[in-house]
Amino acid sequence: MPHRTAQLPDFLVEIQRSIEEVARGYGLDFWETRFEVLDYKRMQEVAAFGGFPVRYPHWRFGMEFDHLNKGHVYGLSQIYEMVINNDPAYAYLLEGNSLVDQKMVMAHVLGHVDFFKNNYYFSKTNRKMMDSMANHATRVRRHVERHGLDKVESFIDVCLSLDNLIDPMSPFITRHEPPKAEDKEEPPVEVPRLRAKPYMEKFINPPEYIDERRRKLKEERDKPKKNPPEPERDVLLFLLQQAPLEPWERDVLEIVRDEAYYFAPQRQTKILNEGWAAYWHSKLMTEKILHASEIIDYADHNAAVLAAAPGQFNPYKVGITLLRHVEERWDKGRFGKDWNECDDYDTRRTWDKHLGLGRQKIFEVRRLYNDLTFIDEFFTEDFCYENQFFSFSKNTSSGNYEIDSREFNRVKAKLLYQLTNFGEPFMFVEDGNHENRGELLLRQRHEGVDLHLDHARATMEALHRVWRRPICVLTVVESKPRMLRYDGSEHSDRAA
Amino acid sequence: MALRIDSSYNRFRDIVRGKIKQNLRKYISNGEWLGRQGKDVISIPVPQIEMPRFRFGERGQGGVGQGPGKVGDSLGPGEPGEDGRGRAGSEPGQHVLEVEVAMEELAEILGEGLELPRIKPKGKERLITQRDRYIGIRRVGPESLRHFKRTFRQALKRQIMMGSYDPKRPVVVPAREDKRYRAWRTVPMPQSNAVMVFIMDVSGSMGDEQKEIVRIASFWIDTWLRSQYRGLESRFIIHDANAKAVDRDTFFRTRESGGTMISSAYKLCAKIIDEEFPPSEWNIYPFQFSDGDNWSADDTSLCMEILKKDILPKVNLFCYGQVESPYGSGQFVGDLRGTFPDDDNVVTSEIQNRDDIADCIRAFLGKGK
Repeated sequence: MPHRTAQLPDFLVEIQRSIEEVARGYGLDFWETRFEVLDYKRMQEVAAFGGFPVRYPHWRFGMEFDHLNKGHVYGLSQIYEMVINNDPAYAYLLEGNSLVDQKMVMAHVLGHVDFFKNNYYFSKTNRKMMDSMANHATRVRRHVERHGLDKVESFIDVCLSLDNLIDPMSPFITRHEPPKAEDKEEPPVEVPRLRAKPYMEKFINPPEYIDERRRKLKEERDKPKKNPPEPERDVLLFLLQQAPLEPWERDVLEIVRDEAYYFAPQRQTKILNEGWAAYWHSKLMTEKILHASEIIDYADHNAAVLAAAPGQFNPYKVGITLLRHVEERWDKGRFGKDWNECDDYDTRRTWDKHLGLGRQKIFEVRRLYNDLTFIDEFFTEDFCYENQFFSFSKNTSSGNYEIDSREFNRVKAKLLYQLTNFGEPFMFVEDGNHENRGELLLRQRHEGVDLHLDHARATMEALHRVWRRPICVLTVVESKPRMLRYDGSEHSDRAA
Repeated sequence: MALRIDSSYNRFRDIVRGKIKQNLRKYISNGEWLGRQGKDVISIPVPQIEMPRFRFGERGQGGVGQGPGKVGDSLGPGEPGEDGRGRAGSEPGQHVLEVEVAMEELAEILGEGLELPRIKPKGKERLITQRDRYIGIRRVGPESLRHFKRTFRQALKRQIMMGSYDPKRPVVVPAREDKRYRAWRTVPMPQSNAVMVFIMDVSGSMGDEQKEIVRIASFWIDTWLRSQYRGLESRFIIHDANAKAVDRDTFFRTRESGGTMISSAYKLCAKIIDEEFPPSEWNIYPFQFSDGDNWSADDTSLCMEILKKDILPKVNLFCYGQVESPYGSGQFVGDLRGTFPDDDNVVTSEIQNRDDIADCIRAFLGKGK
């Protein structure tokens, strides 16, 4: 049921009700969604805060606000829709938009809310984030009052430098078995023996050998344990557990980590989520909602949203075309062994088994996939050529970016590569007591691309602020392994 | 309207201002952005403030795009689809920040950055004008200042309260106690007027780079003095062997060939002061820029004569900036220093290149005169 807020005028409530009814008819399943009408200033404010009306004060939100405001003043950009993954969901409408726009935004938003509610990768996110964000703001404000703005702000800066060092898949996997109770009592060391008849025992398992083995095993067990036992992807968690932090610092770090985990699924599903919402707004609008007189305006605005400038990659557009492609394939039965093995052009072109499974399939996609798996599974050769995808890279002699290939495998590999870990390096905590000096050793899982060294050094300074002991990073620079080190005052590096 | 973002926004502005102050010398010596000056604000490019993060080094890795084109076609120098690469929302875009700073604020930053003292106008409080400013509303006053709207609003309020207002026949009659008048306050304004006279040698030996230096230096001088005086006038004199009074545009654009007689400019300067700016009412600042070449020793001694007799007694400060050029002899600054070794009102500065502009400004304006 549409929730009646003071801000939403009656006619919009009416429209919302009718759009929701239509959407349910198509099988969309969303939470109660609360729309609010904001003027452009408030809209920019909320957008600068990442969609939340209340957030802790920080200059980067101010910077974002400045940026949005300029975009508005110079007419470069306009915020169309904003919706928060929360139960109930909150979404905003821009005051003064035409009725067609408001309808389109509402339909689009319902697509997002359906996605938030049903997509697997969102299943572990905090659904009361609206409240949590407000609590975070209160906590940060309290720390600011007690410890001063400069101190708290600079620590937030430090934490934000590290906020990509999380393990986005960890909510779904148990990486570490919690220690079992019986492990606490150490069993005596047992040396496995070979089976032998009693009279052969001392020949097959000579006592000297057994003693020797026992001593070795005991030594092994008593050796200092590695910390962490396995390389840890969730660097922030490791820091929270082990860094020597003041209580308020721990609290700030926890807040930053919480928010990073909350936003991670949105970054993992950009193409699919936007594609899904665009698919539904255009379906709902064109099939049921639009009045004949509104169709031109709608088409105009819709085209602007889905436009791809030459050479651009627009997640809305790629998402919606790929979803439609999937729908068509499953409607016509273009999948499975027969389809894959058929290489007769005419047969393929007219292939239609009238299965009508398309709708069902895309609902399955919306439930189970993220960008990476979505592209990996459904970005086919046909799709790639039909939609004129290409890969580009920098031509070192001219300094320009150039189309370097239209070959399917290269395009797809590049696309997948960009989506892997958001196109960011994989960093692991290797050792919390490096060289037995309490230094923190991180390792980059190097997959061909080097770190940005200036950034890496500045980030190490941030890590040092948290860990308070020297920081080492094991990485690869120009194909040679190197160890970067920051001891609190100086950077150094050496071959490793 | 007060917004929750305000505190974050102001904090961001503070940080930007800090960045400008930190890199002030770089900003002073680089004049490219000076063109972006509006009436009261100037737009200053500040490098994007970024959170350092572990990330990949080569930005030129490229990516995936969509559209027509052959293999090998150029997509232009920028990273294509920078904003389209599905990151919107969670991170700000990659771009240079253009920050608008009020001229007054910029002067403040300049003052703090170069530790410039505030100027004590000479003969302050000698000229005091009074200005009336309307500040609000009060219950008594002359009829000529009656505030029509407020008065009727008050009358309406009263009638509604008393129940004598009839919406069917909406007649509002103000009574005596309803009348509201505009209130004013008289503010004494110490009037300190100032005039800058810029003098530049445009003879053949002054090249484009030298003029650019003069342009940048005069922008900063102008900015600072404007923050110190209410009414600031400026006059521009160019000279080779003859001097001419010109407007600002011509001043920076003209290039003459021919000889150099500095005395001609001094004569004109003295004449302008005499005719337009009586020293009793004006704070006068001549700024001369030259490459230090003069026609003859005779002319130089004539210059010193005029300076001593007709200019120095009337001005707050006489500033001479000598811009090094490959053609000039650079003689004149030595002559000036020789003639006025101890005169507090003569400031000289030598500018080798753009990096020295900051020092030059500091020398000129650091006296607080």
